[in-house]
Amino acid sequence: MPMLTHDRIERHTGLMVALILVVISFGGLVQILPLFSDRELTEPIEGMTPLTALELEGRDIYIREGCHVCHTQKIRALRTEVERYGHYSVAGEFVWDHPFMWGSKRTGPDLARVGGRYSDDWQLQHLYDPRSLVPESNMPAYPWLFEREVNNRHTARKLTVLRRLGVPYTDEQIETAADDVAGYTEAEALVAYLQTLGTAIPRR
Amino acid sequence: MSTGWSLFVIIVTFGMLAGFTWLVLNTRRIQDPDGGSKLNDHEFDGITELDTPMPDWFSFMFLASIAFAVIYLALYPGLGNFPGLLGWSAADALEQDQRRAEARHGPLFQRYLRTPVEELAEDPQAVRMGQRLFGNYCAQCHGSAAQGAPGFPNLTDGHWSWGGTPAQIRTTLVNGRQAAMPAWGPVLGDDGVADTTEFVLSLAGRDHDADAAERGSVHYQQLCVACHGPEGRGNTALGAGDLTTGVYLYGGSRETIATTLRQGRNGVMPAQRDVLDEARLHILTAYVYGLPKRHGASEPQ
Repeated sequence: MPMLTHDRIERHTGLMVALILVVISFGGLVQILPLFSDRELTEPIEGMTPLTALELEGRDIYIREGCHVCHTQKIRALRTEVERYGHYSVAGEFVWDHPFMWGSKRTGPDLARVGGRYSDDWQLQHLYDPRSLVPESNMPAYPWLFEREVNNRHTARKLTVLRRLGVPYTDEQIETAADDVAGYTEAEALVAYLQTLGTAIPRR
Repeated sequence: MSTGWSLFVIIVTFGMLAGFTWLVLNTRRIQDPDGGSKLNDHEFDGITELDTPMPDWFSFMFLASIAFAVIYLALYPGLGNFPGLLGWSAADALEQDQRRAEARHGPLFQRYLRTPVEELAEDPQAVRMGQRLFGNYCAQCHGSAAQGAPGFPNLTDGHWSWGGTPAQIRTTLVNGRQAAMPAWGPVLGDDGVADTTEFVLSLAGRDHDADAAERGSVHYQQLCVACHGPEGRGNTALGAGDLTTGVYLYGGSRETIATTLRQGRNGVMPAQRDVLDEARLHILTAYVYGLPKRHGASEPQ
């Protein structure tokens, strides 16, 4: 193919752009495209239920406060991690997470299976003042979560959008969503969310 | 992955590798038939450019990378459904690692499982192992030195909410505990709470208002006696604290005791049965059992 010489590609920017796009898109075609039809990656694991309205609002507070910056939600298939945190994470646990909260850095411990590990009281006290329970902790305190109530203006809308993305919310859940979260503090919503994490799979 | 997608992945991957190979070979060809480098045909302000192909060592690095990719794809999973000649998978690798660890530590765990708690609590190595387990599973609430925090018992002082025998400690670990002190505020009213607080203080022999305590003792006999007992010695079956020791789970200030009376307390110890296996539970039981003694507490109560 004499027309595709180095010399020719170098002189024709459009041709070079086209070829670069071909090269890049091949990687995407191979790595991303087949995943959309892989049932292991697109279907929830058995027994999983969608987050309730309150837990979902808690999740949004988790995102707002940047918890994912210091805490991952993904247990790798390594013995040390499995011993410390429980069964390694599987794809089906995250199909309703939009977006997922895997994170990429552990300043604090992984939270993928923190649900049920500590009592609600502990979680609340620990959010209010981490060092009152763990003197060595460097986690920031979040006292304002106890002063503010969950804003329920968009709760129903959030559920509707998630349903459009494939989370099986019922009409009834969407209808009562705003009332379901009314009157709860942000801290209570966040703890409700934390207590669900990883509970769909036995720890051992 | 369906066969169609699998084939798609294989074809695109090999197509791409072939394309790369062709690209490297095509561009490293020396374009001047006489050999050496020729000049490009452009010139700007007297500056010209040699049309020199990539040095050979550089092209070889590209080719070596492509060869590495082919070998890697042959050995490890990567080509659609092809599992790779080594049959490696992350889950298998984990399982092998776990088996290796089990072979290494299993006998020790088995030996400890057969050792009674009282004896194990004196074994320095078991205590060190227990400390590591404690650090991971218990320290968040009970503190890294088992010193406790308001609402989360100190485990070193020999005062046990739910009992300090090996069997009781084990039950606490396995099943968890749920305390249930009701909120007496609505029943007692502010005066009742204040009076009962004075009586609770008197049980531990602390400074108190004698008249108020006498009024409070009536409330105590009605409401508190069922769990905390006529003499205030508590009940480890219910997690009801011993009120005669001066050691309080939620704090012993007048205000805190009044708050406890007013709003109740519902402490929770989470069950560890799904978290820890038999051997680790046993070692932890022994570690916790031995804590008061190692910390020089007068005697387990």
